[in-house]
Amino acid sequence: MAVEDLAGLPAVPETSFLLGRLTWQAIPHEPIVVVTAIVVALGGIGLLALLTKFRLWGYLWHEWFTTVDHKKIGIMYMILGTVMLVRGFADAIMMRLQQVMAFGGNDGYLNSHHYDQIFTAHGVIMIFFVAMPFVTGLMNYVVPLQIGARDVSFPFLNNFSFWMTVGGAVIIMASLFVGEFAQTGWLAFPPLSGIGYSPYVGVDYYIWGLQVAGVGTTLSGINLLVTIVKMRAPGMTMMRMPIFTWTSLCTNVLIVASFPVLTMTLILLTLDRYVGTNFFTNDLGGNPMMYINLIWIWGHPEVYILILPLFGVFSEVTATFCGKRLFGYTSMVYATVCITILSYVVWLHHFFTMGSGASVNSFFGITTMVISVPTGAKIFNWLFTMYRGRIRFELPMMWTVAFMLTFVIGGMTGVLLAVPPADFVLHNSLFLVAHFHNVIIGGVLFGMFAAINYWYPKAFGYTLNRFWGLVSFWFWVVGFWVAFAPLYVLGLMGVTRRMRVFDDPSLQIWFGIAAFGAVLVAIGIAAFFVQIGVSIWHRKAYRDVTGDPWDGRTLEWATSSPPPAYNFAFTPVTHGIDTWWEMKAHGQTRPAAPYLPIHMPSGTGTGVVLAGLATVCGMAMVWYIWWLAVLSFAGLIGAAIYHTFNYNRDFHIPADAVARVETARNRALDAAGV
Amino acid sequence: MRRVLSRLFWIVPVLMLGACKLEVLAPSGYVAAQQRDLLVISTLLMLIIILPVMALTIYFALRYRASNERASYSPDWDHSTKLELVIWALPLMIIIALGALTWVGTHLLDPYRPISRIDAETEVPEDVDPLEVQVVALDWKWLFIYPEQGVAAVNELVVPVDRPVLFSLTSSSVMNAFYIPAMAGMVYAMPGMETSLYGVFNSAGTFQGMASHYSGAGFSQMRFDATAVDEAGFEEWVAETQSGEDRLDRLSYLQLEEPSIAVPPATYAGVEPYLFDRAVNMCVEEGKICMAEMMAIDAEGGTGLAGTMNVASLTYDKYQRRGSRAPVLGWEPFQVTGFCTPEDTALMFASADEPSAAPIDLTRLRGRAVDAPAGPLSLIEGSRALTWLMPPTNERAEADTTGGMAADETL
Amino acid sequence: MSMAEPTTPSFWDTDPHHHPEGASTSLGFWVYLMSDCLMFAVLFAVYGVLGGSYAAGPGPQDLFDLELVAINTALLLFSSITYGFAMLGMVKGRKGEVLTWLGITLIFGAAFLCVEMYEFYHLIHEGAGPQRSGFLSAFFVLVGTHGLHVAFGSLWLITLMVQVSRYGLIEANKRRLSCLSMFWHFLDVIWIGVFTFVYLLGMIQ
Repeated sequence: MAVEDLAGLPAVPETSFLLGRLTWQAIPHEPIVVVTAIVVALGGIGLLALLTKFRLWGYLWHEWFTTVDHKKIGIMYMILGTVMLVRGFADAIMMRLQQVMAFGGNDGYLNSHHYDQIFTAHGVIMIFFVAMPFVTGLMNYVVPLQIGARDVSFPFLNNFSFWMTVGGAVIIMASLFVGEFAQTGWLAFPPLSGIGYSPYVGVDYYIWGLQVAGVGTTLSGINLLVTIVKMRAPGMTMMRMPIFTWTSLCTNVLIVASFPVLTMTLILLTLDRYVGTNFFTNDLGGNPMMYINLIWIWGHPEVYILILPLFGVFSEVTATFCGKRLFGYTSMVYATVCITILSYVVWLHHFFTMGSGASVNSFFGITTMVISVPTGAKIFNWLFTMYRGRIRFELPMMWTVAFMLTFVIGGMTGVLLAVPPADFVLHNSLFLVAHFHNVIIGGVLFGMFAAINYWYPKAFGYTLNRFWGLVSFWFWVVGFWVAFAPLYVLGLMGVTRRMRVFDDPSLQIWFGIAAFGAVLVAIGIAAFFVQIGVSIWHRKAYRDVTGDPWDGRTLEWATSSPPPAYNFAFTPVTHGIDTWWEMKAHGQTRPAAPYLPIHMPSGTGTGVVLAGLATVCGMAMVWYIWWLAVLSFAGLIGAAIYHTFNYNRDFHIPADAVARVETARNRALDAAGV
Repeated sequence: MRRVLSRLFWIVPVLMLGACKLEVLAPSGYVAAQQRDLLVISTLLMLIIILPVMALTIYFALRYRASNERASYSPDWDHSTKLELVIWALPLMIIIALGALTWVGTHLLDPYRPISRIDAETEVPEDVDPLEVQVVALDWKWLFIYPEQGVAAVNELVVPVDRPVLFSLTSSSVMNAFYIPAMAGMVYAMPGMETSLYGVFNSAGTFQGMASHYSGAGFSQMRFDATAVDEAGFEEWVAETQSGEDRLDRLSYLQLEEPSIAVPPATYAGVEPYLFDRAVNMCVEEGKICMAEMMAIDAEGGTGLAGTMNVASLTYDKYQRRGSRAPVLGWEPFQVTGFCTPEDTALMFASADEPSAAPIDLTRLRGRAVDAPAGPLSLIEGSRALTWLMPPTNERAEADTTGGMAADETL
Repeated sequence: MSMAEPTTPSFWDTDPHHHPEGASTSLGFWVYLMSDCLMFAVLFAVYGVLGGSYAAGPGPQDLFDLELVAINTALLLFSSITYGFAMLGMVKGRKGEVLTWLGITLIFGAAFLCVEMYEFYHLIHEGAGPQRSGFLSAFFVLVGTHGLHVAFGSLWLITLMVQVSRYGLIEANKRRLSCLSMFWHFLDVIWIGVFTFVYLLGMIQ
């Protein structure tokens, strides 16, 4: 194969002032991409037409896009994560199909240019645009309710953060239809990601997509961190915070203390690519190993950013569905804090094979193992919460048990990989791939499904269909094991990751099983959508008036479902860990009057505008359209300054409006006989 | 239903066939075997805690289900100091054991550490030096240079059985990892840097070798056969190779370095001296400064303002190879020109071959100074504590040279 | 009614409870500064790694002009003091004084930027641009990132001057002035680090 054909593009693409290096050639002509593009375009046009037909634009703009309500922003994050999950999973299916086909001289159906983009995109999307929005959305929705607050500390910033995340997702998605995505693996190690070896737009899409989204993530981390520190209800000391709030606090500390490293590392890579500096180059004093260190100094805490909030979810779910106080709250909190701190001193275990000395390797190997101590303590805490409980196997609890059984295996293989000599044979192998899917799917995704089934009734006022939830659950859990157990075996055969074609025909059967597992997971995803659809269809039947469908323990269940814009008409006061449980135990009554006007932040479209400009700027930088980059950046600064001249950012919900809502709730509660 | 099941039975032998190829668990080299041992011991250690946890999870889930009225229920029970102590101490103890194992194992199996034993029974004889093989990861093939024998091969590695091999690794373009699962694990091969890996084969055969770190379009096909033969066979291969015609000099290296995919194996009868050193120092091309020279100058504080003039257009644009161009807002790519004459450079490389005393003794950090432990930890070096789990590596059939895979059928 | 029971704790705060507006702002801004500090930490670390990689080119002693840098340091330190005076004016509620001192701070900041740009221009003109070596890349980006922060701080300063002169020393403006104050002093601290680790240590190596 001639090397010029590899990129499918001329060595030096023409650039013009008006369009930079964006030419007609930049639109991929591969049939798979063209068909996808047409389908997506038709779907998009159809959606827009529907929105216009039903005159939903005004509603969406006023009620959702410009909202500063943490609940709506949280829901929008979850929708973003779900949409991107479908995209990321489509990539996974394509990889599985390619790997099951490409044996014994068969080249499969994807050339390397396409396949290498897919595995890169799969990783990037699943981490940054599925797991992160899910986690952020969840924290956004639940944390203020759990601490008895009316919103986050910086509501406008929250809206802006969300739209920046969307902007990043838009840039990543655009790479599918215009140009290409990076062919580097999800962390874009130089020199491969340098201009010398990745000259076209792929890595630039990667960089700008992550930078735009990263600003959003950092700001939302600051926001939630300050919210938890400053906005807790009276009486809620640190050691009385619900455990999910605790894990959220640690997560946001991790975000604030690790994302700047990612941002700066990507800036340096950008400078290498655009200006020709020598940070990560082979020549002239650059050092590619420095990139690998820096990116993992962010990357390892990132792993815990993803999993910690879900540990919180499992704690809440276990306590609720066992009808029991969480066992070992204090040790749970300390375990979380330990994990937070330790997550900064383990990054080197991602590259034991880079040639550090034995002492360095064993230090990082042992610190990694030490993390499994607090993690193990957590597992035991859940276990002993179940002990002498009254376990109701509702869907969230089922996901939790599945998590406990799956995650310990993932944890075990993780500790194996932390033994440097073992890592020398398993690093970069499919064993590694199986391990991190084991913890990310078994931990983060199972946790997400537990959380969605748990809090959906809170967000929408009706419970989710149980039958389809069960279908989704079993297909996911079984599908996961069928898809990834073969990868463990393949890893032990010395099969490495990111391979496009294989020689040895006897491996094919394992990839066949894995592909079958992926199909099962696909059914699980489909069943999840059916579950949502059926539940919406039967929402009247599934209606929950009480606001507390699971006999919950924490404050979010103390208000109506869905909660009013102001969350709580009166500020709750906390006397212990499980405030709502105690309220119920003491037979509290909601105070009725006199209602007071409630001070709330007003919605603004500035976040949408700023994030839109940032996205345009990112796209202009990707394509070298300098005039547009300068203009949009100037616009960004200008719009931000203009926004600061608006001093009227809040309003009061009048007392009689509050009274109306609360009276209606009382009537509904009375009617339901609660 | 039964018919479906009986039809599915064909899967079982196929899976078993596959399971016979667990190269990582049944390697042919002593280093990989010890790595495997560590893997197995660690797994067993962790299963001590993992299995009870899984069993308890299922037991509690069943026992305390809401429909089981007989189970006790204590909604306010949330603390027990004794239990807390156990749940922290138990994992901690396992981790302490594992940590000790890790510390010792990592030092003993450090890829930089010369091998002291050929296999569990045999020490390396005093008069046997490791066979040196210099490995360069090219776009997208492997170059093996045998400095003692003066030959080189592309995508083909032949080494003698039961003789330690020292691989010196580097790369010409991007990061790579050199991996022969049956022999000794993997180590990165990186441009402008040299890493090492010691390994040994204990049985003859042909084993898969590969690049395990993604490096671009031709990555999947960047594989080679690693053949272990007896000493006589190796001599024979060397002699045969030496009688060939192609020679590898700097010019032909630069041609070889051009990206190419799925390259068939080839050999070179001769290799220009210090070619590998030049590859490591990124100065194979004419007129370019060697990294070693550059670093020596930098250690002296650079060349002053005059150094800004000491640059030239690239004589050979490596980056052009993958269809690239200069950073759009930067300068044209340039290179620093060397001050050394070719003779100076040769002298520099020659003197570098002789180890000089490092100002700080790094041997301990490098893991070479740790002695093989006695006591319970000694099981990872030398002992055959695990033989009941795995057949000893050196008892495997060695007659079969056609496919190393067949040797594993003893499993 | 359960309210009658004396043991029942009160679970709802029925008093008009009100978080003072902007109570979280200073903590939020402080956290932001710490995250920004981490970005600089990365740059310092990178400089630490690459600071000796001259690629057979010029090193710090050949390039740095300490007198110029000393002037620059003085400019920035004085700007911090003048900003402090502006804050004192704010506490006393004297709008004119605040604006005057902010103006002086701005002049110092602008002068700092001019000197820095001259330094950069001079280096690039000599052929010691950021592309020449790892050391120069790290130097330009560390110092340049600080300069960029000063530039954005100055833009913010101008915005705030307009806002103070138009709307007076209202609560919101006072909050913004304190945030910018933190930002400005933070840049000063970073500069002390740059001055010490890059310039001074570079010269004595």
